[in-house]
Amino acid sequence: MIAQNVAFGILAAAMVLAALGVVRTDNVVHAALYLVVVLAGGAGQFILLGAEFVAWVQVLVYIGAVIVLFLFGVMLTRAPMRATEDLGNDLRWPAAVSGLFLAGVLGALFVEEFEDVEIVLDEPTANSLISDSVFRNYIIPFEVVGVLLLAALIGAIVLARKD
Amino acid sequence: MLLNQFLLLGAFLFATGIYGVLSRKNSVLVLMSIELMLAAVNLNLVAFSAYLSNVAGQTFALFVLTIAAAEVGVGLAIVLLIYRNLRSADLDEVDVLKG
Repeated sequence: MIAQNVAFGILAAAMVLAALGVVRTDNVVHAALYLVVVLAGGAGQFILLGAEFVAWVQVLVYIGAVIVLFLFGVMLTRAPMRATEDLGNDLRWPAAVSGLFLAGVLGALFVEEFEDVEIVLDEPTANSLISDSVFRNYIIPFEVVGVLLLAALIGAIVLARKD
Repeated sequence: MLLNQFLLLGAFLFATGIYGVLSRKNSVLVLMSIELMLAAVNLNLVAFSAYLSNVAGQTFALFVLTIAAAEVGVGLAIVLLIYRNLRSADLDEVDVLKG
């Protein structure tokens, strides 16, 4: 239990710092790389919670594909690769107030409602349980998501095509 | 492990994402902040899945991952289109409909 809490602490500290990096850095490429740290930390938390399948899907889909897409987006829009002051608008303080307000409300709610609630893990979730859940209970959402991905693929090609 | 430590981390990530969406001008960075918020939601889903010993939370986390991938694909196509039409990926430039 202590080892798990130490691992949580290290991962959480890395994720918090990297998340602040994503929203505060003045270099677009650095923001994408900070996002990698946040998502990898998230995958580590999933493993701590026994959700190995979700963790590896997160590594493959997010870190493998989505970040590469972001870097393509950075390059295709010729975003400045160097540090630049020109990435933020003049809403910094209102945005900080909304973020702090939301974090305060959510934090107070969680502390009030779930104080001292322990997670008791017997063993990691077996992949067979997840496949049962996807293909038995949630088969219709699964098919709908497949059609949605196809629609998004075709839509992205139609939008980005030149002519 | 406490349930709260995961929930509070998720709340912090979500609030950071809100700050990023509101305070960034570059559209690629806005999309990245949205990804931050989706990652926070996933953390909550998986934490509750572990707490309730119910695998449905992990299934929904997988669905959220899929939707996020589709969203980034279409989102970046739109960003590319904005860049092609306005020669800039800044969202402040997209104000044709402003009265």
